Amino acid sequence: MSHISPVLWQFLVKWLTNFSLYPPQASKIAPQMDALYFFMVLVSLIGLTIVILLVTAFSIMYRQKKHPIPVQIEGSTMLEATWTIIPLGLFLIMFVWGALIYFRVYTPPANAMNIYVVGKQWMWKAEHPGGQHEINSLHVPMGRAVQLTLISQDVFHSFSIPAFRVKREAIPGRYTTVWFEATTPGTYHLFCTQYCGTDHSHMIGDIVVLTPDEYKRWLAGSTSGSSLAQNGERLFSSLSCSACHNARPDARGPNLANVYGSKLTLANGQAQLADEGFIRDAILNPSQHVTQGYAPIMPTYQGQISEDGVIALVEYIKQLNSDYRIQQTTTTTTLLPESEGGKATPAGQKPAGQGMVNQ
Amino acid sequence: MSDSQVVVHGAAEGAHHEHLPYQRHHFETYAQQSDATNFAMWLFLLTEVMFFGGLFTAYLIYRNWYYPAFVEASHQLDIRWGTANTAVLIISSFTMAMGVWSAEMKKKGALVFFLVLTFILGLAFLGIKTIEYKEKIEKNHVPGFHYSIQSFLNPSSDPEVHAKNPEDKPLPYDMARHTEIYFFLYFAMTGMHALHMIIGIAILGFMIFRARADAYTTGHVTFVENFGLYWHFVDIIWIYLFPLLYLISRH
Amino acid sequence: MSAATIVSLPDQSTARIPRMNFMSKEKGLLSWLLTGDHKRIAMLYLVSITFFFFIGGALAGLIRLELLTPQSDLMATDTYNKVFSMHGIIMIFFFLVPSVPATIGNFLIPIMIGAKDLALPKINLLSWYLYMAAGMLGLYAMATGGVDTGWTFTTPLSTHYLNTNVITTGLAIFIAGFSSIFTGLNFIVTIHKMRCPGMTWFRLPLFVWSNYAASILMVLGTPVLAITLVLVVLERTAGIGVFDPAKGGDPLLFQHLFWFYSHPAVYIMILPGMGVISETVSTFSRKRVFGYTAVAFSSVAIAVFGFFVWAHHMFIMGISNYSMLVFSLLTMLVAVPSAIKIFNWAFTLYKGSITFETPMLYSFGFMGLFTIGGLTGVFLASSGTDIHLTETYFIVAHFHFVMVGGMLMAFLAGVHFWWPKMTGRMYPEKISQLAALVTFIGFNFTFFPQFILGTLGMPRRYATYPPEFQVLNVFSTAGATILGVGYLLPILYLTWSLKYGEIAGDNPWRATGLEWQIQSPPLTENFPSIPIMDHEAYDYEWLEGQKENVASVG
Repeated sequence: MSHISPVLWQFLVKWLTNFSLYPPQASKIAPQMDALYFFMVLVSLIGLTIVILLVTAFSIMYRQKKHPIPVQIEGSTMLEATWTIIPLGLFLIMFVWGALIYFRVYTPPANAMNIYVVGKQWMWKAEHPGGQHEINSLHVPMGRAVQLTLISQDVFHSFSIPAFRVKREAIPGRYTTVWFEATTPGTYHLFCTQYCGTDHSHMIGDIVVLTPDEYKRWLAGSTSGSSLAQNGERLFSSLSCSACHNARPDARGPNLANVYGSKLTLANGQAQLADEGFIRDAILNPSQHVTQGYAPIMPTYQGQISEDGVIALVEYIKQLNSDYRIQQTTTTTTLLPESEGGKATPAGQKPAGQGMVNQ
Repeated sequence: MSDSQVVVHGAAEGAHHEHLPYQRHHFETYAQQSDATNFAMWLFLLTEVMFFGGLFTAYLIYRNWYYPAFVEASHQLDIRWGTANTAVLIISSFTMAMGVWSAEMKKKGALVFFLVLTFILGLAFLGIKTIEYKEKIEKNHVPGFHYSIQSFLNPSSDPEVHAKNPEDKPLPYDMARHTEIYFFLYFAMTGMHALHMIIGIAILGFMIFRARADAYTTGHVTFVENFGLYWHFVDIIWIYLFPLLYLISRH
Repeated sequence: MSAATIVSLPDQSTARIPRMNFMSKEKGLLSWLLTGDHKRIAMLYLVSITFFFFIGGALAGLIRLELLTPQSDLMATDTYNKVFSMHGIIMIFFFLVPSVPATIGNFLIPIMIGAKDLALPKINLLSWYLYMAAGMLGLYAMATGGVDTGWTFTTPLSTHYLNTNVITTGLAIFIAGFSSIFTGLNFIVTIHKMRCPGMTWFRLPLFVWSNYAASILMVLGTPVLAITLVLVVLERTAGIGVFDPAKGGDPLLFQHLFWFYSHPAVYIMILPGMGVISETVSTFSRKRVFGYTAVAFSSVAIAVFGFFVWAHHMFIMGISNYSMLVFSLLTMLVAVPSAIKIFNWAFTLYKGSITFETPMLYSFGFMGLFTIGGLTGVFLASSGTDIHLTETYFIVAHFHFVMVGGMLMAFLAGVHFWWPKMTGRMYPEKISQLAALVTFIGFNFTFFPQFILGTLGMPRRYATYPPEFQVLNVFSTAGATILGVGYLLPILYLTWSLKYGEIAGDNPWRATGLEWQIQSPPLTENFPSIPIMDHEAYDYEWLEGQKENVASVG
């Protein structure tokens, strides 16, 4: 005992000094969310105190010894209305306040930089626009809005950064987004919070917030040689997308320049905003997303491109803002080596070179 | 379900009023008993509505998403068989209603006759359903078991169906795949319905047996009435399934 | 605690258990297994759910042991996943859902409304057999490898990515669902059609009202779970994808269908418990329930609103902003009836004449813990804070405060309160008061640290966790051992009391309910002759008036 106690003591002291009731506030939204959180804690404490006080006071005042003859009371509309309306009012405040924060967390600002995150059993893969890959860690600059576009390759995962107070489900088959602006440099926890199978609890990582300078250095140090859009460009060419989407007047597929963010009219007459999710769906389930004026001849790429590949393509298409660029792709990428690997080019697919014949 | 049975234990306790032989001991009057069992049947049918409701929800969502696939897949169903089955079920509902009426009128011969008729019609329905299922199996249209989308990629490979629906265009591959969801829902919905039919037919068999022993023609008709409700309910489900599954493209 | 008590027992030297009662009526195992008597079925249920409660509890113990350390050293992560999955499945489907309705409700609802039995005694027995079949199938699945889907069966994880006994477990829950449907259906029919003369809707005890509300949820919600599980099983066997996006399915559809049942399910679990509290609080303060109508209607309001809040489980899954607004608002609304109930119970004490027997202590525990559980629910209903707190230990703590702190406390309150009626004997008062206290302390110790853990961000369903969370986890595990003692005690002394407890007499609590006006244990047909209700529920003045001619009753 004599030598265990000091160890325990030290441990407790250390724990108590580090103890806090909430995680560090490392993003712009964190203090706002905490304000609502503590407002609710306060209301709850007051409510709980009222209940405890009522029960205790009545128990003491009207215990049988003191108050042997009960007084039968039907009820009181006045009182009951009070404890219906006051909680209702408070709950409505929390509802509105909560909804405001919800919209803030899930509505990224227009100038946010976009990082793609793919969840799979049991790791997180981050794809930076500059082509940097990371697994189970994410480096982000301080003071800049960062949007995450999440998708899962298999089951539901959930991307949670407690220090930023943000969390978003990564769902198979569709993109979800969340954004944050980190305010304090440091390393923070990244958790998968949606149960996803055996190693769910190992699907964790680090969020590293860097100062702008450090971030620049990190970007330079971890580049893989080509940007995400360049990877996409290579894939675009190797999958022979350019055979149809080539911006020529007689092209069989629509021109993809400036398509991102534009309003399209689909073959069924529906108006559709071409966002990341739409571009992804159009690659994987083309027949449901045919643009007006074109025949539904595009083959599906479902099961043939990995989520990472789709992300590269989406990123490439997002960057296309002139016809010139796309025509250049169709000519120059023949020179690039076939480097995406077997994963991206499915076995049953035409060899990459065949697409070039059309030129 | 077998509330018809006479239970006498507990009769020793307390003074009892004159009871009809089929009144169960815990009810005060026979009216209360038939009222309660009737109400229970309606509630049970309500749970059935919720049960099928889940399937209908799934159907409506996917029909909305994959309309072309659902239309062409529905052309694989033979409307003649579907119509025949609808007719069979409507007639069986009628014979069932006549059966209930016979029980109320205490006509034993008529009751047995109508129950047997309903029984046969029920079997006829299942027979036709089996023919339809067999066709699906032959064409590899059973989801999950060597499912083939050939008929949708290339409608002319399926001349029989194509002749009836010449306007059917080849579906793009990604849309054709979704016909599997249609057939999954088709088998789930009609399968669940058929399961209800099989249970109903089994009970019908039991009832015919009991009716011949005069169990329902002495004034205690609750069981027949409640079964009638169940049978009509199963019909009504089909009345919804038929247009949803067979007649999608015909407005 | 003062020695003041309302307990009035007959003279122990002369008192006997009535020779004629529902337990002595027929002997032998078969007379129990083929019974149609709602009281015997209730006893069967009581024994079986206690059995499942202790299995679920043992699994909870394993979870807490594993979480003592940050590493997974007691068991591998996949074992841990199976343990928490089975804990959830057993506790929810085999304990909480049937707990109060199938035991106490089964025993009391017919008596409280002045009927001889439930409307459909055979369906009632069938419901128990289905429950047992489901339970055995569940245990079989557990013994032959277990299941690691979590109790939520999230697709596509459960349909395409796991190799455990998903189908067997799904089937077990499917069958248990039918057991629950039949119980609910039986209650609704009985309450509608079997009330004795004079028993109007607004003379029903509040326990009946709350079970009625829960039954509506059982009857309308459970079938949707059933069909969802059928689809999961079909998808797993045939490998097709109604819920698998790779094959064109929509995994969020599963979430919608699943929560359409599983959110109302929490009201199925808590509403009957609220009914128990209404009875005990009134009895031990010798006063009618404050605002009877408000309490009755708040049960129905919870049931109705409870059906339209399910998507609040999906705020972070990318449902549209409009759905978020609607579901968040409705969730806030459903919190109001619960607040009404809490305050009405508190004010029932006002100007009463209060004593502190065990059921009352459990009821106080319920009121405190349910208030915390309810208020923390508002944190999750508010869509903003939900983002940070959902899927963490905060939510674990929240629903354990409601389900264990609320429902289990209410269940124990009810078991103690009606124990003399069910068995004819009193439980030992002192030790059971101690057990109530131990449970309360142990509970807070176990689950309060989890609120802080959740706020700090510790995700739920983690076998391993970052070391900084260890101290709070150790607190929680320490509390769980205390809680375990609190739950073992009643088993021991209640069993003891079956033989050695004091003879209770008809109405030891001097309570007003119809069930207290007949002998304990009751006759097979409950009443010598069908009663006529000529007063309101909780009419203590009527009871005083009855005292004079008390000899004629029972």
